[in-house]
Amino acid sequence: MISAAGLTKVYGGRTALDHADFTVRPGVVTGFLGPNGAGKSTAMRLILDLDRATSGSVTVNGRRYRDLPVPLREVGALLEAKAWHGGRSAYDHLRFLARTNGIPKRRVREVLDIVGLHDVAGKRAKGYSLGMGQRLGIAAALLGDPAILMFDEPVNGLDPEGILWIRRLMQSLAAEGRTVFVSSHLMSEMAVTAGHLIVIGRGRILADTPVADFIPASHVRVRSPDLPALVRAVAAERWQARPADNALLVYGVTPADVGDLAHRNGIRVHELAAVHPSLEEAFMRLTADSVEYHGGGG
Amino acid sequence: MTLRRAGFAGAVAGEWIKIWTVRSTLWSMFATVVVTVGLSSLLALAYTLSYDRLGFRARLAFDPVAYGLAGLNFGVITLGVLGVLVVSTEFSSGLMRTSLSAVPRRSRLLAAKAVVLAVVALAVGLISSFAAFFASQAVFSMRRLGVGIGDPEVLRAVTGGGLYLTLIALISLGAGAIVRHTAGAITSVLGVLFVAPIFGVFLPEDWGRTVQKFLPPAAGSAILTTRETPVTLPPWQGFGVFAGYTALVLVVAFVLFRRRDV
Repeated sequence: MISAAGLTKVYGGRTALDHADFTVRPGVVTGFLGPNGAGKSTAMRLILDLDRATSGSVTVNGRRYRDLPVPLREVGALLEAKAWHGGRSAYDHLRFLARTNGIPKRRVREVLDIVGLHDVAGKRAKGYSLGMGQRLGIAAALLGDPAILMFDEPVNGLDPEGILWIRRLMQSLAAEGRTVFVSSHLMSEMAVTAGHLIVIGRGRILADTPVADFIPASHVRVRSPDLPALVRAVAAERWQARPADNALLVYGVTPADVGDLAHRNGIRVHELAAVHPSLEEAFMRLTADSVEYHGGGG
Repeated sequence: MTLRRAGFAGAVAGEWIKIWTVRSTLWSMFATVVVTVGLSSLLALAYTLSYDRLGFRARLAFDPVAYGLAGLNFGVITLGVLGVLVVSTEFSSGLMRTSLSAVPRRSRLLAAKAVVLAVVALAVGLISSFAAFFASQAVFSMRRLGVGIGDPEVLRAVTGGGLYLTLIALISLGAGAIVRHTAGAITSVLGVLFVAPIFGVFLPEDWGRTVQKFLPPAAGSAILTTRETPVTLPPWQGFGVFAGYTALVLVVAFVLFRRRDV
């Protein structure tokens, strides 16, 4: 479990993280969602004690990261695509990491098998593709068989096969009862990967909720030249509705319900559609004021 | 899976693996030995061949040990680069974040790096120094100019060569941790060691001479001499001054390394 309380980080006048309170729990993939520059990576670096908090605190299993007796046994982290020396092989990189935490050497072979790097493990890492580098980072994270795993933008730059692989890996890790904390600015990715969401914008935690609760309920959009009659009919049924752009949005019903109602009342219908708001829309609404760089790429 | 506590010993063992698994460190060790010994031999040969043409005063100032170890000044560059690389490449590659997630105690990680580097630099430094000594004395002995390892002060000077190079590596490690960029750190180390003495030359004579003695390269290399000279401090005194500079740089490095974001 990861717990942050009033966690704040100011980089020379710019507040990257502003009194963040959140808890990441085991058994579910927790998505850490926010636009670029929202403070996701900052929070992850603070969790690992790589950056020093300006105020507030964050603990891992109740302790500061630096106070963990065998840190790799408790937390595994994939922080950025490249966090290894290009002149060293994957095998040597993992071997030195294992040695620092007293992890047996055979575990190095195991994680190389898990991530599928055994064939290139002896080659120098500078020749690795982006995807291979990402797999090496994940092998390092899995090395100590930790109960807490953190992945910072793990699918960045990966091909579809790699994305699917990481998604399945994270879900199986969570299913094993581990704490899985994964950051992303890709809503669509979080929608299919995460079970819980912590949404961040401009350094502030905007939502901390199950994914299902975050996406608003679907509704029906109906367009009609007899709109006033339709409004009256819907009101008579005591359905929740609101007008929008020459149309009526009706909540808590299906298109069939609305179509049948119109037919019974002799109301003409020109459009009838079920609307399923996406995580994107929910997210955009929430972070509308907190996007740091409008129109920025990536 | 059985696990031991990840302490200082684990951090040292990890750094030991690290230093032997990249080519740049192996190359700088190899270059140190080869070029130190090669240059010392060549300089000894040049001196021996031109001995007949030297004046009385030049012959009087001749220190067969110091002249024979002159090639160690090249070892200053290669081991200095090694010391910088041990830290700076971790910052440039992003490896430092991985290293600190495995060994989150900052001082423990930097101390482990310093211990491993010191052991390697001492071994490489001693090998270079002794090999340079024996090679150069073999050349000097063509004109009966050489001395033996058992002669007074000689063993101290040759062993001191290894110790001096060890301090060079450590002061460079400190510079690497402070500057965090390879080029910048190497420039600052070489600047202080090779450029600073130039300014000493322009100071008023007696002043300049005193300042010169206390500048890092002269103070550090005083340990290589076996004769008193007006331009250097006594051997151990000079070495002590240089050890002081090294300690100072390392203290600053540790304080900054503990405090800064990575």
